[in-house]
Amino acid sequence: MIYFILIAILFLLMIASSVYAVIQKDLLYAVMATGIISLILSILYFLLQAPDVALTEAAIGVALTTIIFVITIRNTVRMEDESDKKEKFKSAVK
Amino acid sequence: MKKLLVIFLLATLGYYTAVTFFDIGFGQPHFVKGVSPVKDIYLAKTQSPLTVSNAVTSIVVNFRGFDTLGEVTVLFLAVTVLGSVLYKNRHEVGKRSVFFSASSIVTSGSKLLFPAIILLGAYVFIHGHLSPGGGFQGGVIIATGFLLMLLAYENYSVSHTALSVVESLAGITFAGVGLLGFMHGGTFLQNFLPTGVMNNLFSGGIIPIIYIAVGFKVGAELTGVIYTVLHEKGESNG
Repeated sequence: MIYFILIAILFLLMIASSVYAVIQKDLLYAVMATGIISLILSILYFLLQAPDVALTEAAIGVALTTIIFVITIRNTVRMEDESDKKEKFKSAVK
Repeated sequence: MKKLLVIFLLATLGYYTAVTFFDIGFGQPHFVKGVSPVKDIYLAKTQSPLTVSNAVTSIVVNFRGFDTLGEVTVLFLAVTVLGSVLYKNRHEVGKRSVFFSASSIVTSGSKLLFPAIILLGAYVFIHGHLSPGGGFQGGVIIATGFLLMLLAYENYSVSHTALSVVESLAGITFAGVGLLGFMHGGTFLQNFLPTGVMNNLFSGGIIPIIYIAVGFKVGAELTGVIYTVLHEKGESNG
């Protein structure tokens, strides 16, 4: 029973962070939220007795992907802005 | 005309895909529990001829070793293309723009943690056939260790020549061990070494060798990716 409650809480946290990542305008916070999703996912893999996948998810999803996104945000734009998104994208690509 | 050609090609592709998957018969009884289901064979062979305690490793490296070679090749191609795209527009070593330098606590702590992280990564891929983990995971852990040093010291540099030498040697080892199977057993990646006692470090035949090669390869490749991306000249603060 307590196992089920733990998994349910983890699932709710995952859904909450993914919704937060979608609606957040600050992309740095959104990337951190996706990192939290990966962290909880790796805990879930471990609870479901797949330690290999949990290790992969922890190493790649939490560390590497988050860091590469953070570096990308640092080199381009940080805030998501609806009005002049196109121009900022152009200046980022150029 | 072009659209018609595309539609024709897609229809042909769709037809053959549909025929292939129609013939497989997922969910049919012989697919689930017939005379010799593939999962039982894998699990039995993991125990008896291979003597590997981690079934995932035996599937990834031995039974599906060719797929692993394909994955490594895809990673290698992606890293090469990333490097060639970002190569021209990059900072020199030590000229990387940083918002503020890391404090002495961060630099000392990184220097202290770096060997431990490298050791953990090496442990994960050397013990890939005994415990959870393997070449990919260990390689990524090693790359995060290098990432820590790159973030803490703004003039920390990784030799690209050394990275490519390590990467090429590891790839050659993987393919060469696979090709040696032709001479001994008859198929690619056939096991030709003595398998030893279960749960020993030297067991599992060629599986530890291949996983160590994969670990070195993935570690070198992802370190190269992080280094290249970190030294790319951004638009806003170039």
